[in-house]
Amino acid sequence: MADLILTPNIASGDDFYEELISAHDGLSKEDSDAYNARLLLILANHIGDREALSAAIKAAKRQS
Amino acid sequence: MLDDRYTLAYKLYPYARHADQDADAPVRHPVVVLGGGPIGIATAVDLAQQNIPVVVLDDHEGVGMGSRAICFAKRTLEISDRYGAAKPMVDKGVVWNIGKVFHKDGQVFDFNLLPEEGHEFPAFINLQQPYFESFLIERAYELQKQGAPIQIRGKNRVDAVTVHDDHATLEVMTPEGPYTLETDWLIGCDGASSPLRTMLGHEFTGQVFKDSFLIADIKMINTNFPTERWFWFEPSHGSGASTLLHKQPDDVWRVDFQIGWDIDRKEEMKEENIRRRLDAFLGDDVEYEMVWSSIYTFQCKHMDSFRHGRVIFAGDAAHQVSPFGARGANSGMQDADNLGWKLGMVINGQAPESLLDSYNSERLQGAAENILNSTRSTDFITPKSEMSHVLRNAVLELSGHYEFARPLVNSGRLSVPCVYDGSPLNSADALIDGPARTRPGAPCPDAPLADGFLLSKLGGQFTLLAINCEVPEALTESGVTTTVLSLKSADDKTGALAERYLGDAASAVYLIRPDQHVAARREHYDENLFRTALKRAIGKE
Repeated sequence: MADLILTPNIASGDDFYEELISAHDGLSKEDSDAYNARLLLILANHIGDREALSAAIKAAKRQS
Repeated sequence: MLDDRYTLAYKLYPYARHADQDADAPVRHPVVVLGGGPIGIATAVDLAQQNIPVVVLDDHEGVGMGSRAICFAKRTLEISDRYGAAKPMVDKGVVWNIGKVFHKDGQVFDFNLLPEEGHEFPAFINLQQPYFESFLIERAYELQKQGAPIQIRGKNRVDAVTVHDDHATLEVMTPEGPYTLETDWLIGCDGASSPLRTMLGHEFTGQVFKDSFLIADIKMINTNFPTERWFWFEPSHGSGASTLLHKQPDDVWRVDFQIGWDIDRKEEMKEENIRRRLDAFLGDDVEYEMVWSSIYTFQCKHMDSFRHGRVIFAGDAAHQVSPFGARGANSGMQDADNLGWKLGMVINGQAPESLLDSYNSERLQGAAENILNSTRSTDFITPKSEMSHVLRNAVLELSGHYEFARPLVNSGRLSVPCVYDGSPLNSADALIDGPARTRPGAPCPDAPLADGFLLSKLGGQFTLLAINCEVPEALTESGVTTTVLSLKSADDKTGALAERYLGDAASAVYLIRPDQHVAARREHYDENLFRTALKRAIGKE
């Protein structure tokens, strides 16, 4: 089982971030929230690994 | 009639009557540069070093007050070194490597730029713009003393321009009245609000950002802050939506508050109100003097074409970016670097006029890259929707705990030179195992040699750089002769040259342009192929 990757893993992060933000252009807050939920589920399915998904669910709980 | 629009920091070129003003018929010059700012002077110095007569016209008599551009990148220092002005910049400038990012109450993370070893110049220096400009102007006068054909005419304001097929006519106003000048080439370096661009009716299109920033330059009295770049997102002291703290020479710190769009400029500029923000930010126990302050807004715009026949634009006149990433003055210096040799060769009859179209395409590419990067930074710093704000804050929160989010934090992507991929002056990459960073179109990275640094031996003319292989003493093609720099592994004590120029190849020959960009490279010398590469690089192929 792969460990959850928490070090930089996206080549050209600025490109990715811009694309992510642009995906929300013109959406209402409600539509944006729904979009995020769909995106999250698609990414989770792509990862597949149950341990990695559990670790990710825990990692995102942590708040400053 | 010729009132100053701003206060001068240094009066360096006072108005003096010139013989051209008393000539019976308008005098024709090869090149007139409009604007005595950093890009105008740099362009003039480049031409003067090629012995091409150049006249700079400026409606003021020196360098404007205020720190303005304060962050100068390595590539700018390398270009300035080619112009003979970098040493005093580095001596006076402040070198920084540590940055800290804060969100609301606390620090999220810090970083070290960790500049690569083996370069003559640091990754960045902080230096107030008046110093930067003064060093370039001092160099211009030094050249003039040595007999170079360079003039700077203060209080010479161009009020009208008529463009012809092979020259332009300028109506110039001076304190002693108007006169007319002609020039074969006119270079517009007259700044973001370029009067020349307006006079000629050229479009300047792009995005206006609805935000204002308040700069306060302060001198600390009883405290010493470290030489670091500190950036706050949504500081809890509430003195701005974001705040930047940055060290300059002379114990001066730049504080930059993002203060919103709907503001009363006059009210905000009152010293008591600036101090109120500073006190909230610094705490009550920090004593400081105010040195300079200003409110600015910005836009990301560029001209559709930087060349209009005999009129060529450079610097802010041609393109404007947000200040995040220090891509304004730094990209303007790359314009001068790119334009100088091309214009010189066209004027000397060594290259066709169409070579100048590559200035347009290469520097438009640079402008687009700079605008893209600075717009992304702006969008991160000032999220444009509720969801982008939520995502931005999620990145900041995560970056405090997890390393992966840190590269996504964007408070400015610091200026790096453009690689002219796809330029018509490039020959196809023929060094199969060569490093990507030195592919055709790339600016040459520096490397230490046994007797000094590589870049100090390149530039100003075409050079054949040979590493571990035989090359002739010179190559002459279409009236252009290259210099030759032949190096062996023994010259490369640190291995940096091999790492940056050979990669896995055993040997390499590079054709390097006068602006230190790679035009062609291959493993061995081949006369015919390098002749073709040289012809292509001067626009004859």
